[in-house]
Amino acid sequence: MEPVFALLATLFYAAAFYLLLSRHVVRMLIGVALLGNGVNLSLFLAGRLTRDVPPVIGAGEDVLKAGAANPLPQALILTAIVISFSFFAYLLVLGYRAYQTLGTDDTRAMRFAEPDRLDPPSGY
Amino acid sequence: MAASIAVDPALLAKAMLPGPVLPEHWLVVAPVLLPLAGGAGLIALRHRSGPARRLAGAFSLAVLALTLLANIGLFRLVAEGGPLTMVMGRWLPPFGIAFTADRLGAAFSLAASAVTLLAAIFTRGERVAGPPAYGPEPFQLLLLAGVSGAFLTGDIFNLYVWFEVLLIASFGLLALGPGREELDGTLKYGFLNLTGTTLFLIAVGLLYGVSGTLNMADLADRLPALKQGPLTALAALFLFAFAMKAAAFPVQFWLPAAYHTPRASTAGLFAALLTKVGIYALLRVLVMLMPGPLEELSLLLAVMAAATMLFGALGTLAERDLRRLPGFVLISGIGTMLAGVALNSPGGATGAIFYGLQSMALMLALYLALFEAARLSGTPDILKGGGLYARHPLFSGLVLALFFAGSGLPPFSGFWPKALIVKAALDIGAWWLAGAVLLSGFLTTIGLARAYLLAFWHPERARPAGRAGDKAGQAAAVGTRKLGLSTTLPLALLGLFVIGFGLFPESLLKLAGDAASGLADPTAYIRSVFPGGAP
Repeated sequence: MEPVFALLATLFYAAAFYLLLSRHVVRMLIGVALLGNGVNLSLFLAGRLTRDVPPVIGAGEDVLKAGAANPLPQALILTAIVISFSFFAYLLVLGYRAYQTLGTDDTRAMRFAEPDRLDPPSGY
Repeated sequence: MAASIAVDPALLAKAMLPGPVLPEHWLVVAPVLLPLAGGAGLIALRHRSGPARRLAGAFSLAVLALTLLANIGLFRLVAEGGPLTMVMGRWLPPFGIAFTADRLGAAFSLAASAVTLLAAIFTRGERVAGPPAYGPEPFQLLLLAGVSGAFLTGDIFNLYVWFEVLLIASFGLLALGPGREELDGTLKYGFLNLTGTTLFLIAVGLLYGVSGTLNMADLADRLPALKQGPLTALAALFLFAFAMKAAAFPVQFWLPAAYHTPRASTAGLFAALLTKVGIYALLRVLVMLMPGPLEELSLLLAVMAAATMLFGALGTLAERDLRRLPGFVLISGIGTMLAGVALNSPGGATGAIFYGLQSMALMLALYLALFEAARLSGTPDILKGGGLYARHPLFSGLVLALFFAGSGLPPFSGFWPKALIVKAALDIGAWWLAGAVLLSGFLTTIGLARAYLLAFWHPERARPAGRAGDKAGQAAAVGTRKLGLSTTLPLALLGLFVIGFGLFPESLLKLAGDAASGLADPTAYIRSVFPGGAP
């Protein structure tokens, strides 16, 4: 099971970084969403991936049975999902607002903060 | 139900703190809780203008002053008695999340709250163009909460969460301005920093897979016994993620693109705090938790450091915009701190910590002063303004002191850490790294001196025609050419820090040395988290 998940996470990362390298904000946004999901998959892998041992503490026992899936990475994923979703929402609004105000979603055309018309001072 | 949850008390004592939390332990979380609660309150009570807005400003100053007091108390406790730990919900580590303040964390947290207070005072007198907008006060408090949380937490996943808290607060601060420049800068800053933080999360997940724990004390105890190969790969991932946060070569281009777009207090606060969080994380994760892998990566880190320093120095030489100039000084400072980390020796770490602490005051002062200079001369372009020295000699003198400190010239605070790092580099025979520190200092001196010559000493240049005859425009220009108390007070205090730590570096030197030895030998840190020995 683990190798399949590892390959899947790799696929997510590859697609995410490909999209993040794009010039267009919309594609970069999709890249961010995919990146967050790829991270969640790899966090999932950090615990055990198994259905054989139910993660239930039976009566009279104090700890999980050996070999049960580790619940901690799943708790981490929950936190990471919330955070990556809220950041995605923020960046989506920011990207839309930038598109409205700047009139483009091409990052190469966005040169408002760094206009390249200033030459360095050439003397005193 | 009641019967089924009755637990053996002996077993419970292994997992939970039996008694209530000691009062002084609350100080460990106070620097985070106070600004967090204050920021949340201010968001609920936000106003665009009027007396409520001024009240919010006063409230934020009060919260920041309280936070500073809490930080002073925490720092004194830690300096006297060693690292302090508080666990959340009384659950003992490694299960519960621990906040551990050692000398490094407490010192950084203290410095962060001090500079945030000064930036908030500056905000009181700041005039911003455009229609009345919501003030930056709630985000300043939340930013400080995130930064202090990152400095004080003892759990590596929790460190990630604080990174996100400070990131979202910084997004809010950046995006407050409605202009095109701000939006452009925020967009680039946002994507790159989110990617950096996500890479950090990947590394945290893999680290948990390798080690089975997230608690830093537990990690410091376990990692040396693990296979170093996978850890070195992880350390490289951590290094890349933190380098992105700290703006180190080759992932530093977002900083000059974004830091000059917001208002002065925001830019200064970012320069003072955000990149330092990246350096702090490098110190905490690589120097304390992974000294073995750091040894493997030290050459790579040293090359990155040299390239970062030279990039910053060359940028200083080429820049004409007063508001963008300090960004390049900041980047070459980041390179200097990275060089200290790369040396992986007590001297190098001491230098990096010293530089980080004084750089918080220095960078806030530089940003505030140069934004103010751009406002006073009516243009940020150093070839179009001029005449500042004739009109504001004291202010200009302060800027000169800050420029010298930024270049690393004595007797100002930037000199000592650079001297420490050069000495530590020469001690292990890394003459080229020492040479890079000196060369970047030399180039920065030339660049800043030229900027000073053109923008401050040069006689005032003629205004472009069309504005001169306009009486209303002239009156407005004269009105904005004064320096108010809320502007001069933070600048004067920061200037005192920069000059004071340059003339009397002993106390800061000893503090940085103690903090560095706490990183090199984390026994006290581990004992503070696990008083009964590591599990």
